[in-house]
Amino acid sequence: MNKVIRFLPLVLFVALGIVLFRGLSLDPTSLPSALIGKPFPEFSLAVVNDAQRTVTKADLKSGIKLVNVWGTWCPSCRVEHSFLLELSKSKRFSLYGLNYDDERGLAQQWLARLGDPYEFSAFDEQGKLSMNLGVYAAPETFVVDDLGIIRKRFAGPIDARVWRREFEPLIIQIEKERKQRSN
Amino acid sequence: MLHKVIVLALFSLLFISNVPVYASPVDTYEFQNEVTKTRFNALTKELRCPKCQNQNLADSNSPIAADLRREVYELLQQGKADIEIVDFMVKRYGDFVLYRPRVSSLTYVLWFGPALLLLFGVIIVIVILRKKPAVQSEQALSAEQKNQLNNILKDKE
Repeated sequence: MNKVIRFLPLVLFVALGIVLFRGLSLDPTSLPSALIGKPFPEFSLAVVNDAQRTVTKADLKSGIKLVNVWGTWCPSCRVEHSFLLELSKSKRFSLYGLNYDDERGLAQQWLARLGDPYEFSAFDEQGKLSMNLGVYAAPETFVVDDLGIIRKRFAGPIDARVWRREFEPLIIQIEKERKQRSN
Repeated sequence: MLHKVIVLALFSLLFISNVPVYASPVDTYEFQNEVTKTRFNALTKELRCPKCQNQNLADSNSPIAADLRREVYELLQQGKADIEIVDFMVKRYGDFVLYRPRVSSLTYVLWFGPALLLLFGVIIVIVILRKKPAVQSEQALSAEQKNQLNNILKDKE
């Protein structure tokens, strides 16, 4: 018994060491989204390219939707932009933009110069929809399924590697569910 | 001479202009009464900025914190209760926004862990103290030991 107790501090120390060491490799900025499994919030916003055109949730196409939060003030958005152009060619889902806390002129220039991968980009100057989505920075990308349910929130730039690891499996999963429903 | 004067003037300017400037977000919200103002201040202190994770909404300069402050203000203007406002934030940003986490099965360890550890420590201390036999301080020295002691003391002198 005494011998066991003698080693107790060592055991505790090692256990604490393991826990803290694991903590070193955790990313404190990747927060779980509180909205997974919830329906995409209602909104009514003008689009970036046309202040007169208002879009709502009804304007989102059926099928899988990707909603990408971006801003011209965000360097990582620029990094992922070329990959978004790549993604926009896909027929498996439709890509929407949510321009967050930006200036309309700058946003229009951005799309004109770099190319516009989005079906439309909603202009969220006041951050209303972004707030309802729990967005805290850009870029962030949400996956919304056929039923309008938010399935994923990814914070950070997307590239081919991230896509394969984080998104591709989920898209396949949603497509599977669609098949099961139609059967 | 003129040069010297100019240099001196510039130099003294350095000190005059060296008034500390604090950049702290200042919003100009107007409240109907002191109570609402106090509630606003309390809420923005209790809610954490999701972007700059070690600051509360009141301290943070980030755009998201400004947006959230405005939202808190608007919700207050709509006559929402504190608990409703906190719920609003948690629904969107998760428990993370709370500096004081709620008591739930997820946070039991956080809330009661320290007390349990303290209790555990106290028990260990009691067990150890009870086990140890009392120190026998008044043990008489044998004749031989007395001799030794005397010798040592003598040597010192």
